[in-house]
Amino acid sequence: MTAVVEATDLKKRYGEFTAVDGVSLRVDAGECYGLLGPNGAGKTSIIRMMYGFSPLSSGKMLLFGQDIEKDWRVIRSRIGVCQQDNTLDPDLSVEDNLAVFAGYYSIPAARARARAEELLGFFALEKKRKAKVMELSGGLAKRLMVARSLINEPELLILDEPTTGLDPQSRHLLWEKLRALQKAGVTLFLTTHYMEEASYLCNRLMIIDYGKILVEDSPQSLIKRHVGDSAIEIEGADEALRQYLEKNRINHEVMDQRIMVYAENSVAEHIRHHFCMQRCTFRPPTLEDVFLRLTGRELRE
Amino acid sequence: MSILSDLSWRFLRVWWRNLIVFRRIWKVNFLVPLFEPALYILAFGLGFRNLVGGVSYAGLDLTYTEFIAPALIATAVMWNSFFETTYASFVRMIYQKTFDAMMATPLSLEEIILAEVIWGATKAAAAAGIMLVVLGVLGFVAFPSGLLVIPLAFLGGVAFGAVGMFFTGIVPTIDMFNLPIFLFMTPLFLFSGTFFPISSLPPWAQKASLAFPLYHVVEPIRLLSLGMTEDVPLLSIGYLLIFSVVFLKLAMSSMRRRLIH
Repeated sequence: MTAVVEATDLKKRYGEFTAVDGVSLRVDAGECYGLLGPNGAGKTSIIRMMYGFSPLSSGKMLLFGQDIEKDWRVIRSRIGVCQQDNTLDPDLSVEDNLAVFAGYYSIPAARARARAEELLGFFALEKKRKAKVMELSGGLAKRLMVARSLINEPELLILDEPTTGLDPQSRHLLWEKLRALQKAGVTLFLTTHYMEEASYLCNRLMIIDYGKILVEDSPQSLIKRHVGDSAIEIEGADEALRQYLEKNRINHEVMDQRIMVYAENSVAEHIRHHFCMQRCTFRPPTLEDVFLRLTGRELRE
Repeated sequence: MSILSDLSWRFLRVWWRNLIVFRRIWKVNFLVPLFEPALYILAFGLGFRNLVGGVSYAGLDLTYTEFIAPALIATAVMWNSFFETTYASFVRMIYQKTFDAMMATPLSLEEIILAEVIWGATKAAAAAGIMLVVLGVLGFVAFPSGLLVIPLAFLGGVAFGAVGMFFTGIVPTIDMFNLPIFLFMTPLFLFSGTFFPISSLPPWAQKASLAFPLYHVVEPIRLLSLGMTEDVPLLSIGYLLIFSVVFLKLAMSSMRRRLIH
């Protein structure tokens, strides 16, 4: 079967700076694929090359088996892109935003109207149809952004940080909608800074940093492989614990006030009984632990 | 020719978008072309009448008001299209990110740029049409030859829209438009046979005026308004066509450099 997205040895250079450095990935039909990485890791550059906005410095980007650099127009008519910034048309009302956007795809007026109606319903925007875009809250604006990117009934929906800045209610609503879309057969490709979101939505994901691939797998496998069964946060750790961790080569990170240990169940039990003098917190490990382990804790910007 | 392969009739969709936005505020938009010529005619007719005698032009003796009336249309064409593709396009491009959204659809950057320029020309032609009615009622335009002013205004609008778009592709910030307006537009406005015939300039300055695009809008519009259709220099039309094509291409490549990374 032809992959929906197939990127091979993708490179993007801006002058001396290499933003994307040899990334290859494949997204199959019906998947939700996540692209994670700290700020400046190269996520948006990859997305821009994916929908044919930025030229590739080298490598290949195929969507539906077609080359984005040659067949960008055909490809764009089959995909939807929800950009990171609010790119809604502030000069137009909510419904006109959808109608005019449909025009860019040369969708006939009657079908565009029907589709706009459908989307207004799906994203609970009916009451706001006449509203000006400027009057919309962040959550509503994002819903309209996603709705607009679906106007052409795309087979692939690309979302660049779709829930950044949204309140929990709006975020959860959007997650439900994205899940429903995936169930209806739409392939999803998204970037996010929320690990919870990636775990919840993505079948597979890739973590990149400095333009290079760090890992790629399902969220569960990544957690299992990189952090184990348990995450234990130990305050006031003593020398004995450190020696124990070093000696048994147990995954751990030493921070200012505490030690984070990632371990199998048996080791966790051992720590619980022997080293928890002050305060220990045992919790299931998350994708966030994987992300921080792989990309480090220092700030990027 | 990569530019040609990236152009299709789809650009009309972007033009249509601008029309929809315009329709909502058209009443305000039409006030200026409606009252501006009347004000100018009033000021020049009443104020200058006693200072300036007749103007001898194309073998005719015209009053000063008769002489400048058609030039008002030409300058309106210039300002309308230039402002549209500078300030208005810049706001859409940088602040509203409208172009970013469009470039996720099957539209090419070249189509967006072409649509913006054609839209500027459309506004210019619409303004010229309204002014034509006002000036016609006041007796300053001969019909039916005067109707040809509208397509000419459109062509002039494309020329000035294209040059405006070129500046939009190179100015770092919106405030910097002051520079092309001061260095390029104001000299055109004053020295293109608008307020006085270029024959009253020294020979070297006459030659310079001939190079100005506005001159090639003013002249044909004045001749058409006077009913002298057969005297319209084809050279002016040719000049405007070539000027439009050259600056459209420059606008497209400057915008590509600016937006596509």
